[in-house]
Amino acid sequence: MTFSLDLFSNAIVSGILLGGFYCAIAVGITIVFGMLDIVNIAHPAFIMTGGFIAYFANTQFGIDPLAACAIAMIPAYYVGRLLYRFYNVAFEKRGEESLQGLAFFFGLLFIIEVALLLIFGVDYRFVEAPYIGPTIEIGFISIPWRLLIPLVVGLGLVLVIIAFLSRTFIGKAILAVSQDPLALRLVGGSPVKVKEVAFGLSIATAILAGALLIIIQPIEPSFGRDFIGRVFCITVLGGMTSLPGTIVASMILGVSESLTSTFLGPSWSPAIAFGLLLITLAVRPVGIFGR
Amino acid sequence: MTSPSITASGAKARAFLGFPLILLICVVSSAVLYFVLSQLDSSYAFLAAYTVLQFVALATAWNILGGYAGYVNFGVAAFFATGVYTSVIIYKTVQWPLLVTIPIAAAAAGLLGLGMGYLTLRLRGVFFSIATLALAVVLNTIVVNWSFVGGSRGVYVMRPQEIILFSSYERYLFVVMLVLAIGSVLIARAIENSWLGRGLAALKDDEMAAECAGVPSLRMKLIATTISGALLGAAGAPFPFFVTYVDPPTAFSLSIAVNAIAMPLIGGTATWLGPVIGALLLGTFQQIATVTISSALNLLIVGVVLVIFITVAPNGIIGFVKDLREKRR
Amino acid sequence: MSNAPVLTSRGLTKRFGGFVALKEIDFALASGERVGLIGPNGSGKSTFVNCLTGALQPEEGAVTFKGVDITRMAAWQRARLGLARSFQIPRPFRGLTVRENIEVPLAFVAGLSSQAELEAKAEETLERVGLLAKSASSPKNLSQVELRKLELGRALAAQPEVLIADEAMAGLSDSEVDEILELLMQLNSKGIGIILIEHIMRAVMRFSQRVVVIVAGSKIADGDPQDVMQHPEVVRAYLGQ
Repeated sequence: MTFSLDLFSNAIVSGILLGGFYCAIAVGITIVFGMLDIVNIAHPAFIMTGGFIAYFANTQFGIDPLAACAIAMIPAYYVGRLLYRFYNVAFEKRGEESLQGLAFFFGLLFIIEVALLLIFGVDYRFVEAPYIGPTIEIGFISIPWRLLIPLVVGLGLVLVIIAFLSRTFIGKAILAVSQDPLALRLVGGSPVKVKEVAFGLSIATAILAGALLIIIQPIEPSFGRDFIGRVFCITVLGGMTSLPGTIVASMILGVSESLTSTFLGPSWSPAIAFGLLLITLAVRPVGIFGR
Repeated sequence: MTSPSITASGAKARAFLGFPLILLICVVSSAVLYFVLSQLDSSYAFLAAYTVLQFVALATAWNILGGYAGYVNFGVAAFFATGVYTSVIIYKTVQWPLLVTIPIAAAAAGLLGLGMGYLTLRLRGVFFSIATLALAVVLNTIVVNWSFVGGSRGVYVMRPQEIILFSSYERYLFVVMLVLAIGSVLIARAIENSWLGRGLAALKDDEMAAECAGVPSLRMKLIATTISGALLGAAGAPFPFFVTYVDPPTAFSLSIAVNAIAMPLIGGTATWLGPVIGALLLGTFQQIATVTISSALNLLIVGVVLVIFITVAPNGIIGFVKDLREKRR
Repeated sequence: MSNAPVLTSRGLTKRFGGFVALKEIDFALASGERVGLIGPNGSGKSTFVNCLTGALQPEEGAVTFKGVDITRMAAWQRARLGLARSFQIPRPFRGLTVRENIEVPLAFVAGLSSQAELEAKAEETLERVGLLAKSASSPKNLSQVELRKLELGRALAAQPEVLIADEAMAGLSDSEVDEILELLMQLNSKGIGIILIEHIMRAVMRFSQRVVVIVAGSKIADGDPQDVMQHPEVVRAYLGQ
């Protein structure tokens, strides 16, 4: 593959755009796994659900995919809260959490993927919206709108969450639980309730990320599995609890995948996340911004 | 109050009876099974039995690391597929007989387990689990990009025309998998009753306390990961000859991914019997069900049953029965 | 019997981020000696023990055992050399029976291999700590003092030359404290050096040949129990108690 500045710069730009989207998929896991130690490996399945919700709303009712998922975030939040409450009662309280808790989320991941398969089949599904297609050209750099919007929304989502965690009462409670659940209990807070809210929030972000995904490219149910590596790679690389770390790590992953895709071919990109994850775990397990 | 000398001779007696008795039971029941299936005179019967026995092998292998050591391997498909594709490579190059391929496939998958373990087992258990999840995706990616093993188009594998001792190749495959399944169970049982099993149980409960009691935790975990991986790979070696067409979705099958975990969890992870029960029950159910419902729906049911079981009966069928018996006393 | 100490630490320093938990601790235990280790909560006693046994790695300093530098050795290797510990909060192997709990160090430290030997020796150990009747029970069904005995039994099964008993008596009644103390004295009479970390002063005074005091990460006193307890800094450290 010949190296040209054109190709290289476009790959970098695409990578950054992709990185913005990756922020959206990973922020939920940074909160739930990085901060609160809940290993929700079913997170990517919820992303896929969001994508298919957008597809359904778009093809059946002509609703804009982003709008559809923005609205769907609200029931998703409550579903997430219910889910955590169940997980807490069934597993965390019993203290059997490691094996059975993990298996629970794995079962969930699996059930959701197969359910999506049964409902929507194996074909690729896509949405239509005025911003899917047009591209901004700046010199030899082309920026497709369908990548730009996810970047803006993804970055925006993380920034909103950073503000939420540092400015609102519940947000600060989440940070408190992540650092010292006992202290929170001593001042009358309920770690379980706080975790519940955080979990609901993470599911809501997953649904929104699903809309972004289907805007970027057509989807089919088995994609979820490709995202597992990406999502945890970003959280670990960024430094488990660090949201700025999530942004930086998302960009690193996005650019790495884009460069690999451009110069080695797109079929290698799912392996990049895993490689990055392994390197991080081997060299600096606390991540870039981790302590 | 028993005096130490009586206990000691009791233990000796138990150990003496244990292994030969189990072996006898295995040989006798295998012969009976083979006879019954021959009477049905259908190659389908043997292939269906092959699938169920494959699950016994996979569930047992998974449980060595998952149940005994407490490390959850979500990437069973990766290890199984390593065995499958090792077999494919040997088929396409030197065409060695299956009995030679199996140990090689086991070695390849065992090495994979060792490598994965070495990189991730010093960290918390969840990182191992996450890494195994991602591993399946990575190996899938490698295979898809590797045209020699067929890439995404897949490869066709021809079964040998004739096979000594057996009237059909299906019967031969069945016996091979029967031996693999029994072998896995015997190995699991041996581990369980040995110093390895004891050490794994200790470090599963409390790794630091185990270390202070002299258990070399990393070493033990690596041994368990390697053995588990090797057995998973061994189960994959005959697979290309079973399906005759191998492509990534077939090798990295969803069915294997969920069943290898669901079966031990449903049967009970504490002992070798749990995965066997889980595999026999769930495997047979699925063989019957696939005739009537779609395979996707079938898998959905398995997933739901898994979630229900780990919520309601976290120690599986065996644990549930044990609790019932203790309550009755 | 040589005069060289069996367990030493030199300049042991442990930091957690910016917080210095241990400041250059020098310590020596002679073979078969009984030492009491005291200090206010959070002063670094458990951190010190963790560095000695391998649960934590110090940033600076060295630990030697029987003349061997064990500073970077894994916990299980130290156990096999003969350094045993019991935990502050009992940490039994809950999935195993009481007897099987004892069998673990017997198999991994003492190196016994046959099932018969293991069972026999385990029952012998249980008898020494007074738990033989509970041999087939699960740790989940043991009382506090029984769990403490199991902790000590497990440490004992490792046939140690030095035993570190980390708050083995916390939360026990007076008679239970005496039971454990009696047990520790018996073990010491067999030649096992014991470091007793305790808050229960009468136990420390009765038991120790020497007392070491750690306050805020530093060793402030080390010597005869009566002298140490009258040391002005020690008195000051405990005034608030």
